Amino acid sequence: MSEPSSSPTLTAAPPGGLSPRRRQQLSRGVQYAILVVVIAVIALLADWREISKSFFNFTVAGEGMPALFTVALRNTVIYTLSGFVLGFALGLVLALMRQSSVAPYRWISAAYVEVFRGLPALLIFLMIGSGLPLAFPELTLPGDVYGKAALGLGLVSAAYMAETFRAGLQAVPKGQMEAARSLGMPYMRAMVSIVIPQAIRIVIPPLTNELVLLFKDSSLVLFLGVTAAQVELAKFGNDQASTFANPTPILVSGLTYLIITIPLGYVARRLEARKGAHR
Amino acid sequence: MSTVEIRNLHKYFGKLEVLKGIDFKVASGQVVCVIGPSGSGKSTLLRCVNLLEQPTSGQVFVDGIELTHPDVDIDAARRRLGMVFQQFNLFPHLTVLRNVTIAQERVLKRNRSEAERVARENLERVGLAEKADSYPAQLSGGQQQRVAIARALAMSPSLMLFDEPTSALDPELVGDVLKVMRTLAQEGMTMLVVTHEMGFAREVADRVVFMDGGVIVEDGPPKQVIGDPRHERTRAFLSRVLNPDQVS
Ligand SMILES: Nc1ncnc2c1ncn2[C@@H]1O[C@H](COP(=O)(O)OP(=O)(O)OP(=O)(O)O)[C@@H](O)[C@H]1O
Ligand SMILES: [Mg+2]
Repeated sequence: MSEPSSSPTLTAAPPGGLSPRRRQQLSRGVQYAILVVVIAVIALLADWREISKSFFNFTVAGEGMPALFTVALRNTVIYTLSGFVLGFALGLVLALMRQSSVAPYRWISAAYVEVFRGLPALLIFLMIGSGLPLAFPELTLPGDVYGKAALGLGLVSAAYMAETFRAGLQAVPKGQMEAARSLGMPYMRAMVSIVIPQAIRIVIPPLTNELVLLFKDSSLVLFLGVTAAQVELAKFGNDQASTFANPTPILVSGLTYLIITIPLGYVARRLEARKGAHR
Repeated sequence: MSTVEIRNLHKYFGKLEVLKGIDFKVASGQVVCVIGPSGSGKSTLLRCVNLLEQPTSGQVFVDGIELTHPDVDIDAARRRLGMVFQQFNLFPHLTVLRNVTIAQERVLKRNRSEAERVARENLERVGLAEKADSYPAQLSGGQQQRVAIARALAMSPSLMLFDEPTSALDPELVGDVLKVMRTLAQEGMTMLVVTHEMGFAREVADRVVFMDGGVIVEDGPPKQVIGDPRHERTRAFLSRVLNPDQVS
């Protein structure tokens, strides 16, 4: 990949008899050759006619409009944002519990994070889909699938956000809490007015990354069993693909994800860089 | 009546005894400067007065109220005490004005306009009225420390605690902060000041307390403690502080 890191000027005539510069040229030539061979093999093996017919079928892609945006993307955004809001709130509470002087709160918070980080998100969605109605028959979540989706994504992301918030709270200098307390603010007041706002500023970049992850995880909503009106991007693409017996809609769904995730990831990296520059 | 009275105060950090039985009083309107070598327990003593550190044993009274009593509402009691830290500890996410109003509103329940009036008054007092809309990061260290003083004053405390308020400042910025503190003293504020500024202590303090190894070694008027110390430890400390270049 990169230049050989060894021996610049000192070993002018190494054992092989090649100068370092000559060796570098050779190595780069080999790397290009490998690249060309791999591309050629893929190109020869692929059935280009079939690919263009299957994956770049504009007629089929057109069939998905405008529902791709008005239904599928819209639902994806709703699932993601509602899950994010719930995860944010629950994550913050868990992070505060982690600092509590009441030991059981600390244990519960630690256990929650371990359990929900350790389980596949899919499993949690399956539990919400089939386990929740059995365990709490009286419970109806607001918005049915929307409520369940928010719950599933919220429960999963809360575990990650709790850890992020914990780091953020620890990054606020101790003197901030002391200054607030010395002005007569009770602990919780000082947390809410002074410490938490600073912690949130610190964790905005990692939370933006979490939003990207949630956006992708929202595809798991399909395991809750959704109607045509509740469908999100991944299932929408899959359904269209089977209707038209053509995979183009899956590709289109994928591109739609990228329209959101790539800029968002870029924003997260910019925020991270800006934070670094401020130090 | 004394504003502060400390009786037989002990403080341990784990097994380390940092304060070994402190007794002293600050009368209303007095300025008391605490001096002593690093690690002698000066900060810990100050932090025990407003209970940022919980004393291991002993009593602390402020305005006749025992802060160390288990039933006392510590948040209410702390309103009587202003604290100024070595590192300023301004709230970086708030403007200067908001730094000074937030506790007034949240703690004293003053309304926004009343709080802002009091804030501007106190910013005027420390000579920073025109910085109200700046953020702390836009101010010099000396300006930040003066805002911190205004923030504490806005709560109308009956006692101000200062923990080395000028130690983190560039030398040319020390004067402005000391000037504000001197004015405060002249206006009759009761002050307990940990400092290495011997000039300030000599000129402004009613009493100087010399601490070493967690005990008060000497306590008296500055003329005596700084000018004519009775204890060898005080003399050794002062000669180190006053002639820092001399190799002892
Ligand atoms: N939170 C703490 N935990 C453990 N030890 C502490 C703590 N705070 C202070 N100490 C110790 O207590 C002793 C006294 O510290 P203190 O900060 O009161 O000294 P000081 O006189 O203010 O010194 P300086 O002039 O350096 O500020 C030191 O040995 C210090 O290491
Ligand atoms: Mg100190």
